[in-house]
This record gives sequence, structure tokens and C-alpha cells, in this order.
Amino acid sequence: MTRKIIMNEADIKRTLARISHEIIERNKSTKNIVLIGMRTRGVPLAKRLAANIELFENASIPVGVLDFSLYRDDISSQNVPPIVQSTDIPTGIDGKIIVLVDDVLYTGRSVRAALDAIIDFGRPLSIQLAVLVDRGHRELPIRADYVGKNIPSARNEEIQVYLTETDNVDEVAIIPEPGRED
Amino acid sequence: MEPKLKTDSAPPEQKIWQHKHILDLDDFTTAEIELVMQTTKAMHEILSRPIKKVPTLRGKTVVTLFYEASTRTRSSFELGAKNLSADISNLTVSSSSVTKGESLIDTLETIEALGADIIVIRHPHSGAPDLASKHVKASIINAGDGWHAHPTQALLDLYTMLQHKNSIKGLKVAIIGDIIHSRVAHSNIWGLTKMGADVTVCAPSTLLPKGIENPQPHFPKVKVTTNIDDAIRGADVVMGLRLQLERQQNGLIPSIREYAALYRITEERLANAAKDVIVMHPGPVNEDIEIASSVVHGSRSVINEQVTNGVAVRMALFYLLTGGNRDE
Repeated sequence: MTRKIIMNEADIKRTLARISHEIIERNKSTKNIVLIGMRTRGVPLAKRLAANIELFENASIPVGVLDFSLYRDDISSQNVPPIVQSTDIPTGIDGKIIVLVDDVLYTGRSVRAALDAIIDFGRPLSIQLAVLVDRGHRELPIRADYVGKNIPSARNEEIQVYLTETDNVDEVAIIPEPGRED
Repeated sequence: MEPKLKTDSAPPEQKIWQHKHILDLDDFTTAEIELVMQTTKAMHEILSRPIKKVPTLRGKTVVTLFYEASTRTRSSFELGAKNLSADISNLTVSSSSVTKGESLIDTLETIEALGADIIVIRHPHSGAPDLASKHVKASIINAGDGWHAHPTQALLDLYTMLQHKNSIKGLKVAIIGDIIHSRVAHSNIWGLTKMGADVTVCAPSTLLPKGIENPQPHFPKVKVTTNIDDAIRGADVVMGLRLQLERQQNGLIPSIREYAALYRITEERLANAAKDVIVMHPGPVNEDIEIASSVVHGSRSVINEQVTNGVAVRMALFYLLTGGNRDE
């Protein structure tokens, strides 16, 4: 089985435009919204959503960057801990509507870690979740509020999200991994 | 085949870090030092948060075992561990079974049996942490051993320089003081030269290691001078070292007064350094002996920043040592 392209550049652009509209519609305005991108690829996605919202509503939305590595539940089970990078959350998230942005929603463990991290910064009014891809296989009771595309996948397949800012191309692909075990 | 971690977005995988113990910087690669610097930056951000605590080391136990007095180093290890939610126990040697004749190895094995994952050791004898690393499964961090090494101090010094200078490569660093007995100087020489700094050491000849001016196969090449003005001229960083006052009793310097006259870092002497020179010192400072008071408390001094950065660096090292299954 070969690598299969699920979304191309135009698909991703259209999808992010739709999610931007959904964020505005659901929250009835852009007031109090803060977008926080989960490293790595959630960050450029959050910036693109903010740019779209600015274009559609003529309103500037703060964008934060979150590295949730220090909140992961699997650090000790790895031979080497993941690289941890800086977090940059706009000051004063109390009372704000936080939209967490990530590329792929899978087990839900990263989102759980991100929620813990956000709550250490203050008490937002609410936290919503936007993802480009939901591939299923949740291990925690977590769901996304905004989903770009649901991609039913087997556990032994891998979803690859490539973005121009990090990988020089906009693309979502699914690749089989015959050797991988659950 | 190892199953991949089941996470939503896989973090950048790193295969840079290979250390189970932190004994000195001689066996660090430049990539590992860069990783420590990057991780320290992330930890530094945590120190600026309203809640300076993350759950990363929950369930891990850190024990500090200090056979010498310490304020900064011990406190920063302790705070660093607490900021990462580790359990920490400070073993006070003077009130432990060491006073009954318990050996270092016995003490370490006891600490390990009590569940320590990381043991931080300061010891008056060079090589004690290395010996410890061969007898326990826990990670050992050298918090200073005799005249040998103080790797975490050197890493926090590198980080402090990076904050002010952006890059270590090509930086002119003058280290002034008791070079021969200074574990801080030794570890800094390793770290700085690995990162491409141009290092000059300056001391009276009695306080310089024998043969340091000749290329050594087992030690980095540095410039050597006994003239402080030559050392400071054009320097981007001037680092003073603590002078143990008993050196005079040992006949290594004629008098403290003479040493201060010839080797004190003063405003006048710093006039010949780079315009944006920073002044560093591992502390505690003998003011007006190693560095003039006005310099210690002046705008060029980053001595207090070094102390703050010490917490972030030690947090970074604790984090990097949390991997599960590294064997040497």
C-alpha cells in the first residue's frame, strides 16, 4: 500500500476558512477569543486561523504558542524526553475564550496535557479545541469543537500533516505501517 | 518493533541526549550543550509564570548529598526539583551516619534503597561523583567535586552569556583568579572551548595549572597570561573566581592585598574590555579582592542573573535525565 494524499493545499485552505467562520459564529463575535497553537504544527494553523478571522471580521486575535511536553504522561517511558521549546501565552487569559489548535487529534493525551498547561496560566471562560484532522482512537473523553476533516484510520496507519511553514508543503497524507504493532 | 508513542501530535524526536549522569562537560557534544541551552530557555519561561510549577517530575525523587557547604547551588537544585514537582530530600552530611564512619558508597546505596532517581553530589574529593556513578542505578549529578569539575555552574554560565551575547562562538572570555583550584574554571574551559569561544585564563603563576600554556592532548587549548590587563583587553566576558583565603597561608600568594592590587577586576581595568562587556562570578564574591564592589553592583554585573539562571539550568538537566531506560 502506498502513501495516499487526503488533503491538498486548496483543501487545507478551504477547511481553515470554514473553521475560522465556525469559531466566529459559535462565539457570536471575536471578542475575548485567544488562539493557542500546540507545538509544532498547531502554531502555524493557529496563525492562519487568526489571519482568516482578521480578514473576515477586521478584528485582531491574539495568538499564543504552547509546548505541552512538560505535561505529558509518558516522559518517563521514553529513553530520551522530547525536546521542549518555549511557551508563549498572551498575558491574562482569565475570562478569555481559548481556542486550542492542533493538527491531528488522536488519543486525546496531548490535548489533556495542553489543558493542564493552560489552566496553570489562569482561569479562562472556556477552552475549545480546533483540529485539522480527527483520526479517532480516543483514549480519553475528549472531543474537538471544530474539525477540519474526520479521517477514519487504523492504528497501524500514520497520518502525516505537512504545512508550508514547517515542511515547505501543505498536505495531509495517510501512510500504512505494516510493521507497526499496537 | 517498538510501538510508537500514541500521542495526537508527535513531538520532535531527539536522539541528541545520551547522558545518564552529569559528571563534567568534557564528554558533552556541542549538540548536547545546545540542547541544554534550548531546554533551559523553556524552563526559564516557567520561572516567569504566576505558577512556577509543572508536573513533569511527579513521582521522581531527587536527593541532594552535599559534603561541603553551599547556598546557591544546593538551593537552586532544590528549587529546580520542586518546580518540576519532584520529591526532594536534602541529606545533611553533618547529621547523617557519615559521622559514624559510613562510606560514600554505603551512603549512596542507602539513598538509592530509599528510592532516589537522581542524586546530586557535592564532595571535597575530585572524582567522587564519578565513583558514585559506577555504584548506583540512579542518575548522578556532580554539583562540584574538589578541584575537578562543576558542570552545572559552567552550563548556567554559558546560558547567561548566551542571553547577553546571542552566540558563544568567537566570544572572547577572560577567566581571572585561582585557576588551578577552580572546578568552575575547569568546567567552563571545557564548555566554552567546545562552543567555540576564545578563552584566556589569567592568574599569578602559582595559581595556574602546570603546563596549561602548552597544547595538552587531554585538555582544551586556552591562552594564558599573568597580566590582568592583557586578559581583559577586548574581552566580551570577564569572569572572576573565588579566591580561597587560605591560599595565602599555603604560600601561593604573598598577601591578599597584593593579589587584590594585581588581579582585582576594577572599573578602570574594564575600560579596555569590549564596550558591552559583562562581568560574571560563580559566588560568593570576596568584594574588593576578586572584583571591586562598584563592579559587583554595577550595570555590567550579571552575577544575580547567574543565580536565577542556575535554577533554570538545573531544571533542564533534571528534565533531560528523566528518560526511562538509558544505560551507559
